[in-house]
Amino acid sequence: MSAVGVPVGRGAHVRIERRTLVASLLLVATAAAAGFTGLCLGDGWSSPRDVAAALAGGGPIDFVVTRWRLPRVVGGLAFGAALGLAGAVFQNLTRNPLGSPDVIGLDAGAYTGTLLVLTVGTGTATGVAAGSVAAGLATAALIYVLSLRSGFSGLRLVVVGIGVNAVLTGVNSWIVLRADLDVAIAATAWSAGSLNGLGWEDLGLPLTVVGALAVLLALASHPMHQLALGDEVARTSGVALAGLRLLLVVVGVGLTATVTAVAGPIVFIALVAPQVGRRLVRATGVPLLPAALVGATLLTGSDVVAQALLAPVVLPVGVVTTAVGGAYLMWLLAREVKR
Amino acid sequence: MTELRARDLSLGYGDRQVVTGLNLTIPEGAFTAVVGPNACGKSTLLRALVRLLRPRGGVVELDGRDLQRLRSRHVARELGFLPQGVEAPEGIRVAQLVRRGRYAHQSVLGTWGPGDERAVVGAMAAAGVTDLAERGVEHLSGGQRQRVWIAMVLAQETPYLLLDEPTTFLDIAHQYELLRLLARLRDEGRTVVAVLHDLNQATRFADHVVAMRDGRVVATGAPADVVTATLVEEVFGLPCLVVPDPVAGSPMVVPLD
Repeated sequence: MSAVGVPVGRGAHVRIERRTLVASLLLVATAAAAGFTGLCLGDGWSSPRDVAAALAGGGPIDFVVTRWRLPRVVGGLAFGAALGLAGAVFQNLTRNPLGSPDVIGLDAGAYTGTLLVLTVGTGTATGVAAGSVAAGLATAALIYVLSLRSGFSGLRLVVVGIGVNAVLTGVNSWIVLRADLDVAIAATAWSAGSLNGLGWEDLGLPLTVVGALAVLLALASHPMHQLALGDEVARTSGVALAGLRLLLVVVGVGLTATVTAVAGPIVFIALVAPQVGRRLVRATGVPLLPAALVGATLLTGSDVVAQALLAPVVLPVGVVTTAVGGAYLMWLLAREVKR
Repeated sequence: MTELRARDLSLGYGDRQVVTGLNLTIPEGAFTAVVGPNACGKSTLLRALVRLLRPRGGVVELDGRDLQRLRSRHVARELGFLPQGVEAPEGIRVAQLVRRGRYAHQSVLGTWGPGDERAVVGAMAAAGVTDLAERGVEHLSGGQRQRVWIAMVLAQETPYLLLDEPTTFLDIAHQYELLRLLARLRDEGRTVVAVLHDLNQATRFADHVVAMRDGRVVATGAPADVVTATLVEEVFGLPCLVVPDPVAGSPMVVPLD
């Protein structure tokens, strides 16, 4: 049997497939390597030895690494993980690899909220985050209502979501066009999704929210995977489906919107990471931990590429994720159409 | 002592009323076959009995308590259900699927104890799928796959086992193999309820027959009392002769035309 038991007392244990364990450890190493590479990169390349010394609390570039580069890397890892988790949540909910928040318009919706708060409201970090989450939830509710016809269907939700995404992308452009020049410039730089200029002061709130939602999700992971059996069997085997679905939607939107409020709509991480993670561990359903780890690696790695590609010009990381993810999306669409 | 019964039950989807004013008690420890023509409300009734469908009127009671008011886990420890046309998640292996049947007995984190392992081993043995444990479900034949799903429901360790047309899409040998399995489970003390299409199979294996037409129960009782030429003509509109099955002695329907 290729599973290991982690004892939790009274003869009971939590089963983990051995392959999941090994792959997860490798992914942690990959994510750490991507993060460390990110720390070496800035205006030019710092030696890994200096970076390691800085992390240990000394060396010649201590300030640059811990004050400037580290928050960007930490943000990349955490936001990548959050997007990977959000993708896994929605792909499990819809039982469809296309059912990812960026494809079904939740990123765009959250960004609409962000833009509205920036153009109309005060633009404090908390206000932006709240607007982003509220608009994300409203978008989710809209897609849900539009796709609801005699019951829930994952595929219908995806198709409706793609339409909603197109509409909201248009709305977002319109808001930017109508906005004051300074807001419009900021919003445009941000609209592809970017980690540029991320500092510690930007990270406190989002990291707390992402951490709390990740814990909540870990607790809901076992019921979530029972959904893979189909709605009927999930329910008759003991899942309280309506409540679980609501919880998962709120957590998934919360993760997406939190990232969007700070870094803009970074697309394709949520689409790609869960499926890559799933294939690496050969799991049934879409497992959470590999999705988070691949997401962290992908976003941090993409950010390294975004910084290095046209240096000294720093691209928004969303440009890189869009290029990589777009190719994947085309392949996925072609495959889904064939089925 | 548990009891599953429907009282003045009305069921429907959208603007379509399927079942009206239905009263039914499922005899405990027996094998009940629900029969009737297509679209008579058999599957709808079964879905309501396992709480997949909320009644429009009336009530389904388990031990005298309204099923709608019970917790999902509680219901899942009492009533096991196998719907029609279930699809296994991509890439899942037999033992993994059967383990999913333990959901209602596990903690929210999915902890796994010796009791869970025992239930899964027992369920796979009872359904005859122990040798398939590490095989991928998608590579199995229809008959094997159906037994794997039954093993999953058995692992749920429910006193009640409800199945919606479990023999559909199986060849005749596998149909009888499955019916013998259900009868054996009944002998071991479970209450079995199955929607069956073949009247001769129903009378041969079930202790109790529920005949439905147009959303109503037309007759209930022992196969010999229920399945008569008059009733078959009334329920299915099929003129026929009912003779004793030469092997089992149960009523056998032979169409006249």
